[in-house]
Amino acid sequence: MSRSKTHRVLPGFPLTLGYTLVYLSLVVLIPLSAVFLKSMSLSLEEFWAIISAPRVVSSYKISFGISLLAAAINAVFGLIFAWVLVRYHFPGKRIIDALVDLPFALPTAVAGIALTALYAGNGWLGQWLEPLGLKVAFTPLGILVALTFIGLPFVVRTVQPVLEDLEMELEEAAASLGADRGQTFWRVILPVLTPALLTGFALAFARAVGEYGSVIFIAGNVPMVSEITPLLIITKLEQYDYVGATAIAVVMLVFSFILLFLINGLQIWANRSRVRT
Amino acid sequence: MSIQVKNIVKRFGDFVALDDVTLDFPQGQLVGLLGPSGCGKTTLLRIIAGLEAADHGQVFLEGEDASKAHVRERQVGFVFQHYALFRHMTVFDNVAFGLRVKPRKQRPNAESIRRRVQELLELVQLDWLAARYPTQLSGGQRQRVALARALAVEPRVLLLDEPFGALDAKVRKELRRWLRQLHNTLHITSIFVTHDQEEALEVSDQVVLMNRGRVEQIGAPHEVYEQPTTPFVYSFLGAVNLFHGRVQDQQLQIGADHLPVGDSGFQPGAEALGFVRPHELDIDTNLADHTGIEARVERVLALGATARIELTGASGGTHRHYEVELPRERAAVLDLNPGQIVRLKPARMRLFAPDSPSAERILPEGSMTGIYGEGI
Amino acid sequence: MGAGVVSTWTIHARRFEANAATREPTWLKGVLITIALLFFGLFLLLPLATVFAEAFRKGWAVYFAALVEPDARSAMMLTLLVAAIAVPLNLVFGVTAAWAIAKFNFRGKQLLTTLIDLPFSVSPVIAGLIYVLIFGAQGWFGPWLIEHDVQIIFAVPGLVLATIFVTFPFVARELIPLMEAQGREEEEAAIVLGASGWKTFWYVTLPNIKWGLIYGVVLCNARAMGEFGAVSVVSGHIRGRTNTLPLHVEILYNEYQFAAAFAVASLLALLALLTLVLKSFVEWQGRRSMHHSQEASEVIS
Repeated sequence: MSRSKTHRVLPGFPLTLGYTLVYLSLVVLIPLSAVFLKSMSLSLEEFWAIISAPRVVSSYKISFGISLLAAAINAVFGLIFAWVLVRYHFPGKRIIDALVDLPFALPTAVAGIALTALYAGNGWLGQWLEPLGLKVAFTPLGILVALTFIGLPFVVRTVQPVLEDLEMELEEAAASLGADRGQTFWRVILPVLTPALLTGFALAFARAVGEYGSVIFIAGNVPMVSEITPLLIITKLEQYDYVGATAIAVVMLVFSFILLFLINGLQIWANRSRVRT
Repeated sequence: MSIQVKNIVKRFGDFVALDDVTLDFPQGQLVGLLGPSGCGKTTLLRIIAGLEAADHGQVFLEGEDASKAHVRERQVGFVFQHYALFRHMTVFDNVAFGLRVKPRKQRPNAESIRRRVQELLELVQLDWLAARYPTQLSGGQRQRVALARALAVEPRVLLLDEPFGALDAKVRKELRRWLRQLHNTLHITSIFVTHDQEEALEVSDQVVLMNRGRVEQIGAPHEVYEQPTTPFVYSFLGAVNLFHGRVQDQQLQIGADHLPVGDSGFQPGAEALGFVRPHELDIDTNLADHTGIEARVERVLALGATARIELTGASGGTHRHYEVELPRERAAVLDLNPGQIVRLKPARMRLFAPDSPSAERILPEGSMTGIYGEGI
Repeated sequence: MGAGVVSTWTIHARRFEANAATREPTWLKGVLITIALLFFGLFLLLPLATVFAEAFRKGWAVYFAALVEPDARSAMMLTLLVAAIAVPLNLVFGVTAAWAIAKFNFRGKQLLTTLIDLPFSVSPVIAGLIYVLIFGAQGWFGPWLIEHDVQIIFAVPGLVLATIFVTFPFVARELIPLMEAQGREEEEAAIVLGASGWKTFWYVTLPNIKWGLIYGVVLCNARAMGEFGAVSVVSGHIRGRTNTLPLHVEILYNEYQFAAAFAVASLLALLALLTLVLKSFVEWQGRRSMHHSQEASEVIS
């Protein structure tokens, strides 16, 4: 047993694994553990008092609530987007396909000021929406717009390859068995897409919760109304309240870890069902 | 160069891939490692190459213990199942690779590399494809490039892992013949792994049959085919009819039927398995004779020189389906019709105890009336 | 560009559109395309157009003035410097990690792969915070650093560290699945033929992962140059010293110098567009080589 583990034909295993572990520890793991260690300087009551203060709790509601909504919007529109890109032929498709990744590539600060300018009272869209009583910039609605923008590529890019791999025979079989197009979609196509769709949803959600740059410009940042949790961490830092910032960071980190493992599980599931089909 | 492996053991977790395997591969022979998937044959090949390390045991190359030697030092040529051609290199560059990566002192100059590659490509009849990329070749051509690449470094042994596994039937046949001819010209000690018995029997000088990590039988192709020593080998090499019964009064009792076995060496009342190849069974339409297995004709397929008859046991046969191969003329004489009841009579049968393959008994050929067993 | 690939792309859609069993009614197809185009226009095209429209609102003169102004120029240099350090480091890490994970079996491999992805699910703000906790004045090494007059937080090293953190997984996550899919056989073949480990990597592995590597580097670079949240925590916003381009945009914006802010932003938007073009090109190359091998195997069979 032990010999088979040490004997490897390809070279470099100890070196590359060692380097990977050292680099990972130095850059990611040890720094992240600093957050937890720092938070230990607090007693449990103090910790709880910080993370359950009304302003903090309302920031969770805003961050998590709006992120969830944005991810849901992305799931629906992302699916339509992926469908249209894979199944239909129309002019400009290639350019649209390439631009789907814009939110990945565009610096968040740029997205933030662009969306703000677009939806402000004198902006291209704002000037039409505000007379209708729909104020987007500097309201929670603005946060929703920013988070939807940020999360769009996730769903499209996870669903698209699965849809491309889907065999035509599957749908032909459904049709030959008498299913109409709607039944085929709900009963045959959607179940196959579900793991990928959920993965995309979770990825978009995770990204939205932690998002900072694109939101702060458009949010208005009014405490209790449109203040997101990451901003609250920064606010505390600027007041030199390191402990307070760390406590909130712990809450967000724990949430990120849970979501990360959930996403991992989803991806394993998605890969498995892809192999099966 | 000769190859020996001694007491090789290899486990993957709980799975025993090789269970104390000791083998001798003589100089200059082409040996086929044959067995079902998961029998350990590929693992053994990789251990000989040095691509895998055994948990236990040794590998000797030309009498020298090479167990500790790195793949690079063993000077083996290895042909991978899926060719493993470098897809970003041309055919020429693929074949030249082994020469070009040699340490500067041993490296031939560009001109001799070119000549050597050219020679090898001519040998595998692919010199006209030197500038192509692997993806532009057919499966059979890729396989030959892989072989030329392995030969370029003048290996002391050639190891081929399922060399024709990924090819279609027609190309397989051609390449088989070609590999045999190539071996006849080069005489390099070669081992190839296959799960295809026809391939192993047709190409090899020696066949090693493996099952569940153990060697079942070693021998020349006709030996292992004609004289299988274990039930596994019997059923792995070609179609076989099984008769499961008890030995009683020099007969194999199968339900209401019985087959004479003579002095089988089995204890009276012992369970036994009779193995008979389809061409070793005859059909008797005369039902008055009480020896033989009663069976009903299901289908008669007359193809080429032989006729294949499929039957179902009619009375006490424990294995319900039988297959008989008869010369066309014999089938014409019998004039069988589906539904007809006949008796099956083995011209030759081998008895094995069902649980211990080592306790096999071999029955030599005998006439219908005089089937007799002979203990070995 | 890529006639072969475009045609397979189009063929895929056309096959489904032409087949009665897999075709939607024309009206439905129209509605779906319209929804997608509206969504595209609203969420992707309009924000992008806004950047350039706002940038040129006050004319070319103001636009160029905003770009050549010393603070903007130093922000550009700093952004390039940070990316020039962070990207190669993560490139080396990515290749190393992918080699270990994709070419060998060991316990905890799945966990390691997950941990490498970790920075993606951590808020950028926290990515900045962790380095403040370690190297800041009140952090673990704070007193020591002050004593030895070394500044990390509110200085370039802090920016580099935060950027390395947020761009950490890009190359590795691109290469791991690619190298896993390619298997070990080609490398084993090279070793059997006598190649050393280094030659095997250089002549066999690297050419095979070339496009995946470039893809990862392009994305890594885009994020490194565009990162805002993490660097904003560790930067201290010292003009001309610790401001990267995205931070410079924020400062100008908060000072109501909108035209200037958008002018600098347009530079970053151009970088994003360049990234997308490169990304499409690399994908096309990848698809093309796949397409070639498919075509070849079709000819054979």
